[in-house]
Amino acid sequence: MTTVSVTYEEALTRYEPVFGLETHVELGTRTKMFCGCLTTFGGEPNSQVCPVCLGLPGSLPVMNRIAIEYTIKIGLALNCSIASWCRFARKNYFYPDMPKNFQISQYDEPLCLDGYLDVSVNGQTVRVGIERVHLEEDTGKSLHIGGATGRIQGAEYSLVDYNRAGIPLVEIVTKPVPGTGSLAPEVARAYVTELRDVLRSLGVSDVRMEEGSLRCDVNTSLSPLGSGAWGTRTETKNVNSLRSVERAVHSEIERQAAVLDEGGRVIQETRHFHEESGETTSGRSKEEAQDYRYFPEPDLVPVAPDAAWVDAIRTSLPELPSARRARLIAAWSLSDLEFESMRNGGALDVVEATVVAGASPRDAQKWWMGELARRANDSGVEVSALPITPADVARVSALVSAGTLNDRLAREVLDGVLAGEGTPDQVVEKRGLAVVSDDSALLAAIDEAITANPEVAEKVRSGKVAASGVIVGAVVRATRGQADAARVRELVLERLS
Amino acid sequence: MASELTRKTATELAAAVSGGEVSAAEVTQAHLDRIAEVDGRVKAFLHVSADNALAAARAVDDKRARGEELGPLAGVPVAVKDLFATVGMPTTCGSKILQGWVPPYESTVTARLRQADGVIIGKTNMDEFAMGSSTENSGYGPSRNPWDLAKVPGGSSGGSAAAVAAHLAALSLGTDTGGSIRQPAAVCGVVGTKPTYGGSSRYGVVAFASSLDTPGPFGRTVLDTALLHQVMSGHDPMDATSIDAPVPPVVEAARHGDVAGMRIGIVSEFAGDGYQPGVMSRFAEAVELLEALGAKVTEVSCPHFTYALPAYYLIAPSEASSNLARFDGMRYGLRSGSGSAEEVMAVTRAAGFGPEVKRRIMLGAYALSSGYYDAYYGKAQQVRTLIIRDFEAAFEQVDVLISPPTPTTAFDIGERADDPMAMYLADLCTIPSNLAGNAALSVPIGLAPENGLPVGLHVMAPPLADDRLYRVAAAVEAAYQSRWGHPLLDEAKGL
Repeated sequence: MTTVSVTYEEALTRYEPVFGLETHVELGTRTKMFCGCLTTFGGEPNSQVCPVCLGLPGSLPVMNRIAIEYTIKIGLALNCSIASWCRFARKNYFYPDMPKNFQISQYDEPLCLDGYLDVSVNGQTVRVGIERVHLEEDTGKSLHIGGATGRIQGAEYSLVDYNRAGIPLVEIVTKPVPGTGSLAPEVARAYVTELRDVLRSLGVSDVRMEEGSLRCDVNTSLSPLGSGAWGTRTETKNVNSLRSVERAVHSEIERQAAVLDEGGRVIQETRHFHEESGETTSGRSKEEAQDYRYFPEPDLVPVAPDAAWVDAIRTSLPELPSARRARLIAAWSLSDLEFESMRNGGALDVVEATVVAGASPRDAQKWWMGELARRANDSGVEVSALPITPADVARVSALVSAGTLNDRLAREVLDGVLAGEGTPDQVVEKRGLAVVSDDSALLAAIDEAITANPEVAEKVRSGKVAASGVIVGAVVRATRGQADAARVRELVLERLS
Repeated sequence: MASELTRKTATELAAAVSGGEVSAAEVTQAHLDRIAEVDGRVKAFLHVSADNALAAARAVDDKRARGEELGPLAGVPVAVKDLFATVGMPTTCGSKILQGWVPPYESTVTARLRQADGVIIGKTNMDEFAMGSSTENSGYGPSRNPWDLAKVPGGSSGGSAAAVAAHLAALSLGTDTGGSIRQPAAVCGVVGTKPTYGGSSRYGVVAFASSLDTPGPFGRTVLDTALLHQVMSGHDPMDATSIDAPVPPVVEAARHGDVAGMRIGIVSEFAGDGYQPGVMSRFAEAVELLEALGAKVTEVSCPHFTYALPAYYLIAPSEASSNLARFDGMRYGLRSGSGSAEEVMAVTRAAGFGPEVKRRIMLGAYALSSGYYDAYYGKAQQVRTLIIRDFEAAFEQVDVLISPPTPTTAFDIGERADDPMAMYLADLCTIPSNLAGNAALSVPIGLAPENGLPVGLHVMAPPLADDRLYRVAAAVEAAYQSRWGHPLLDEAKGL
């Protein structure tokens, strides 16, 4: 055990971190990978099962073509080459939540190979290599009853729910990522974030980390700075949120640095991540790892996606996040930081929809990232979950541009829409919020204000135009904010010219 | 003595039931009576489903009463090897680990059989998980050969072969992984076919070795066997390895046995030491007969067939070690022991599997293990490719290949039980067809002079040329019938 502790900053003065990620994604196919059972989340335990996904004696798997298509989509989006012929393999090990005591997976013939994903951290782009993307079936879920930890150790008995067994699962494995230095934890997080966005844009998974439809294993190793040799890696499992990905890499860097500083040896092992402490603890040692006795799955025929099919899938790919980023940054003249804050704030889709509905990019951003983000934050929801549509925001923006509303009135209109009082136009009408643009009504108020401020009026007449603000302010106050200040100013200057 | 009904062929029974000459219920009852009379001695069945069978028979009779046309197996009693999943009947695979398990679903093949108005009369004994050549590896005791009750009926589908030979059912279903239909057919004096791999669905057939397992039919005549072959075959979307092609015209071929002008090759590797003289003399006689019927018989060498047996004993156990992993006491079947899941799994498997199954699981696990895979499983797959090429080269010269189905006639119960290698040699001639996935059958050609036990002729055809088997077998059957003046089985003295 290590006794010294090393701070993160210290660790990076002596060691170079290398990380890699294995990400499991449950595909959003309607039915399971080898049978017709539904994949819906949250069903009664063991209600979405059949002889095939229960692995009953005599049952056989039949491939879900949509799962293959989705995997190819992912491979193409990650710039991989797609195998023209590949086979599934059996991974043999005993575990009660695995109905057949083998998992149908892919071994040395993955469907997609050798790609990359570019991620951006603090305006710096890092290319994360993709080793492989392969398809396999998910296992059931064990529930351990009794005992303090909810783990199998110490439990009185265990229950198994096979609803998840046989749901198609894609495993995306990165190549080792060196050279990111102290940014390693953030790059790891940015990779998972970008990957999640890619998967979401492809529509192949609902990518909900909290429901387990996206799960990460994080590999980390350290090597002495400048040594050129890579250290022994650990594999941290159970890393199930973006924040945890970052924390897991961070904590492993500190832990391994302490081990190495003491002259110790990092053991190649599986480690468990603990959300509460942000630390990892030792699991099973890889050195005594089991032999999975992989061999080609004899119950399935090889998969040979023909070139025409792959091309058709390629053509049907939607715009990917990186392309969208480039397009929006150019079209809207954004800085990287502006874009990232919009993306991280979950406002990208609504802002773009607002622009499509007619608002200028600047205005759309201003409303969603300002006023509306504040309100979302106050009520603890995503900005996109507010009860207001991009079309509503575009309309408010249009009313401001047309001079019907000023910013203060516009905020009141947003209030009304959020309170369920109807469309922006209905709110304007009901609350009587339109700017007074009738010049004759304004002129009466202006004359009153001039009479009330003769000295100011005189200054303006003598050319001190800036003094007109006092009169304009008085007019706006008198009309309870419904006057358009710019128009009032024009009229005041005309009057006093 | 068997009643008139149990002596009829399946073809005759189906016609009689369809024509209203006899009810399906009467036919079924006659077979149930015959089972009650003799199966105490033969032990062909693990489970006789009298109520289910009679209910199914009455349903066929009702269908006829409603004026509906009956299927091709109208009222024909069929015995089913106990590894086909059947709703309402246990499916044990001859293993204690599945004692009492009643599947909640039906295999494709038995569903088709029922759809054709066949009547499943019971489930037959077998070597545990189809591993063996004598049924002695059954967890429930051996079946006996109706020709001589001291002899084995062959295996692993020994119960199905014995059931048909003893007139306990007109037809039966087996599976053939390395010869498990053809070898018992040969030693019981009946017809048995291993269809082309993928020609008959494996859905609902408890797996031994997935890339080799082939469900197939037994019958007392070539035509009966073809009839069941036809009914059980055809594409099944539930089996990814099922071939999406029309069923070869096997019934048509069985009706028109003819070998005139056919090119027939004798596999030269399957002769010599270890082949019983009576088996070889009957084989030589069959060759003369085929020539007399107009076939052009030549010798063909398939040099890699010599390596088929060792390759098979790496591939089949490898797949089996994985296929049988699911029997762990967690979800169905036997559960033994207490404590952790691992302990329950280990104790259940130790208690539930017999010695031959354990031997093959260990063989397979070893052959697949890291560091040995290339030398064993990988090499065996290369041998498999060479065997396929031998067949391809042979079938460029000849239409079918022939050999003895197995080197000897039925052996004594207990004779090879403690000598796995001797037991494995029973499948020497049948295994190449499994490795290559092509079609093959065994048809009776008389009795070995030295012991009066049946001898078969093994016919092999290319994939999807199953009809050629029946053309040859029907010609052979017709020629011998006219020579003998009666069916061979009439000479069976065991019962």
